Amino acid sequence: MTRIVASLIAVMFLLAAPLAHAVQPDEIMKDPAQEGRARNLSKELRCMVCQNQSIDDSDAPLARDLRLLVRERIATGESDKQVLDFLVARYGEFVLLKPRLNLHTLLLWLLTPLVLIGGGFALWWHNRRRGRAAGDDDAVMQLTAEEEARIERLIAKETVQDKPV
Amino acid sequence: MIAEAGHYALVLALALALIQSTVPIIGARLRDPALMNVARSTALAQLLFAGLSFLALTTLYVTSDFSVANVFENSHSAKPLLYKITGVWGNHEGSMLLWVSILALFGGLVAAFGNNLPLSLRAHVLAVQGWIAAAFYLFILMTSNPFLRLAQPPLEGRDLNPVLQDIGLAVHPPMLYLGYVGFSIAFSFAVAALIEGRIDAAWARWVRPWTLVAWIFLTLGIAMGSYWAYYELGWGGWWFWDPVENASLMPWLSGTALLHSAVVMEKRNALKVWTILLAILTFSLSLLGTFLVRSGVLTSVHAFATDPTRGVFILLILCVFIGGSLTLYMWRASSLKQGGLFAPISREGALVLNNLFLTTACATVFIGTLYPLALEMLTGEKISVGAPFFNLTFGPLFVPLLLAMPFGPLLAWKRGDLRGVTQRLMAAGIAALLAVALVWAWTTGGAALAPLAIGLGVFVISGSIVDIAERTMLFRLPFGAAFRRARGLPRAAWGTAFAHAGIGVALIGIVCESTWNTEYIGTMQPNDVAKLAGYELTLKDVTQRQGPNFRESIARFRVTRGGDEIGEMTPSKRNFAARQSSTTEAALLSRGASQLYISLGEEAAGGAVAVRMYHKPLVLMIWWGPVLMAFGGLLSLSDRRLRVGAPKPAKASRALQPAE
Repeated sequence: MTRIVASLIAVMFLLAAPLAHAVQPDEIMKDPAQEGRARNLSKELRCMVCQNQSIDDSDAPLARDLRLLVRERIATGESDKQVLDFLVARYGEFVLLKPRLNLHTLLLWLLTPLVLIGGGFALWWHNRRRGRAAGDDDAVMQLTAEEEARIERLIAKETVQDKPV
Repeated sequence: MIAEAGHYALVLALALALIQSTVPIIGARLRDPALMNVARSTALAQLLFAGLSFLALTTLYVTSDFSVANVFENSHSAKPLLYKITGVWGNHEGSMLLWVSILALFGGLVAAFGNNLPLSLRAHVLAVQGWIAAAFYLFILMTSNPFLRLAQPPLEGRDLNPVLQDIGLAVHPPMLYLGYVGFSIAFSFAVAALIEGRIDAAWARWVRPWTLVAWIFLTLGIAMGSYWAYYELGWGGWWFWDPVENASLMPWLSGTALLHSAVVMEKRNALKVWTILLAILTFSLSLLGTFLVRSGVLTSVHAFATDPTRGVFILLILCVFIGGSLTLYMWRASSLKQGGLFAPISREGALVLNNLFLTTACATVFIGTLYPLALEMLTGEKISVGAPFFNLTFGPLFVPLLLAMPFGPLLAWKRGDLRGVTQRLMAAGIAALLAVALVWAWTTGGAALAPLAIGLGVFVISGSIVDIAERTMLFRLPFGAAFRRARGLPRAAWGTAFAHAGIGVALIGIVCESTWNTEYIGTMQPNDVAKLAGYELTLKDVTQRQGPNFRESIARFRVTRGGDEIGEMTPSKRNFAARQSSTTEAALLSRGASQLYISLGEEAAGGAVAVRMYHKPLVLMIWWGPVLMAFGGLLSLSDRRLRVGAPKPAKASRALQPAE
């Protein structure tokens, strides 16, 4: 049975991440603004031979090559989008840690708002329906509400007195 | 001999689990107390044998018996004793053995302390535990036996992965598993309730403490893992949105939702059906996490396809338990009666809102983790879903959640007075606005969102203080009277306040660390000085040292601030001969809640060394937050209301509760 290296470490949740030294001193660009852009872009790009690491975090040789490539493109005056487009054209969508919205990733992006709105709607609907059902015996409800307020006061008093020593 | 004994103990535990999973159910059908009580004795015996098996493997590791394949592959005779012991669960087989041992422990605890449970409920709960245990014993025995011998025992072991040779491994996985597996109790109670078709507020009273225990351990386990990653991996990150991390975050999110909905169920007898579903989902997500981590499917879909034995087995367990429990749920849930009514603006309403957002957050993590796998399997297209995705989708969900959080505990049950609560929270609101203004003025030209987020954190913390102040009538009664009221306050109220404040504390830490983190990356010679956030760090020298099973080079830095000596930092780099690999031991220097962080890179020619230094403002608050939360959980757990074997006065006051 082949031993999957990751399964060793995966006991815990640090993955078999190579010990990272990420950006090396010799890579840093002279212009701090450009370097800042490069760092931001690096955080959105995946080191394709690592497990879920951005090229900013990884010390794999490939990550270094990509970091240098990003800086090269920035130095030639390309915009962030142009740099990303270039990398996607070369390495595919896999290189992006934040997938672009397209037909294949529609569900991925839309699920969060759908669950939230759907859940909110379901709650509203449920509440309305139950409210109506309860509305039929309104008289009974009002009586209990009053009594319950009294009972709750009693309980509140009770629990305070109850408290140990 | 010890290996064979351990193996045999495991087989016996499986046999006991099989009895435990069938006989009590038959007993419940026949209403035979003797048969139902079999559950108790088998659960205790199972704990004994699982424990013996675990002890056997530990003994093999401590004595470095390399004739056992598992020990040979993951240990080394020169390793310090602590890492020999922690190495037991630093590998697949051993960690699964730890998993079942903890499962047996929880089953044993229910058996030992569940005397006040109705007999048939206890029989059903323990039977369900028996099913889970039997499935995982089979998994270990058939695909991951840790006791296999080698025909020709080698003289020396291959050593444990150096990254794992750390105190973190001693604490993190057991904590995490106590959390994961602890949720199995809530699951078993839910399935038992569905089988019996009966559920009431008393059920919630029994389930809550177990859920709370699991939640406390999971909270600490995740925080511990995060801190471990922070100092061990050497680039100062503390959360990576890695699938393995997400696997532990999902049960935490739904477990947190479960804790809150169980409160509604216990107090108001409402949300029953939903609470049952959450209990099932939470443990299902724990199982899913086990599957994701253990099957190798994360490494790549192809690794899974080429060596599917283990993966398919766990997938089967997953399908049977999740599918089975959900089918049972759909079949039986409608028979459970709906409980008390409440207006949207009420304590219940606030807790429902909490559940909505936590569930959505959980769904977001779920889809982000599994979507790439599903897409690749279906279309072959590979995409990555990483931190930038989660920051954009998961983060914003917490803004409304945290804004609403201080309102929840102040609202009355059934029908709350939003305006009154808003007035009472005025002080918290003012504190938050002051914090925003202060941070804004202090950090001119920084990120605009950061002061707002810090304001939100302050709002949450001061909201907790307002909650306690309101309950004790501080400022309205003389101090002595308020103090007496504070002592009389249920521990659960204190627990809520601490746990909620913990979220605020963690938020402030997260925002400060990610916004104002400063770094220095460079190559330094001895006597070079690096300047970082007002500190001067001088490299004194680099020396070599021989450790028990590694060689390390240690750099010594002198830290000063404006000429004043502050301390010395000694980051190092270790080389482990047995595995031909190295680790970076970062050096940390805490200044209040902030930290200086140095990790070493490669040594360059002429005694120069590459270094990365960070100044991380208020970073420690990220972990103080979860510790506060866990402390709040402990307080809540010690509430007499939840104590197992509820004392008489609690019962008396319960009898007074509205019978709705």
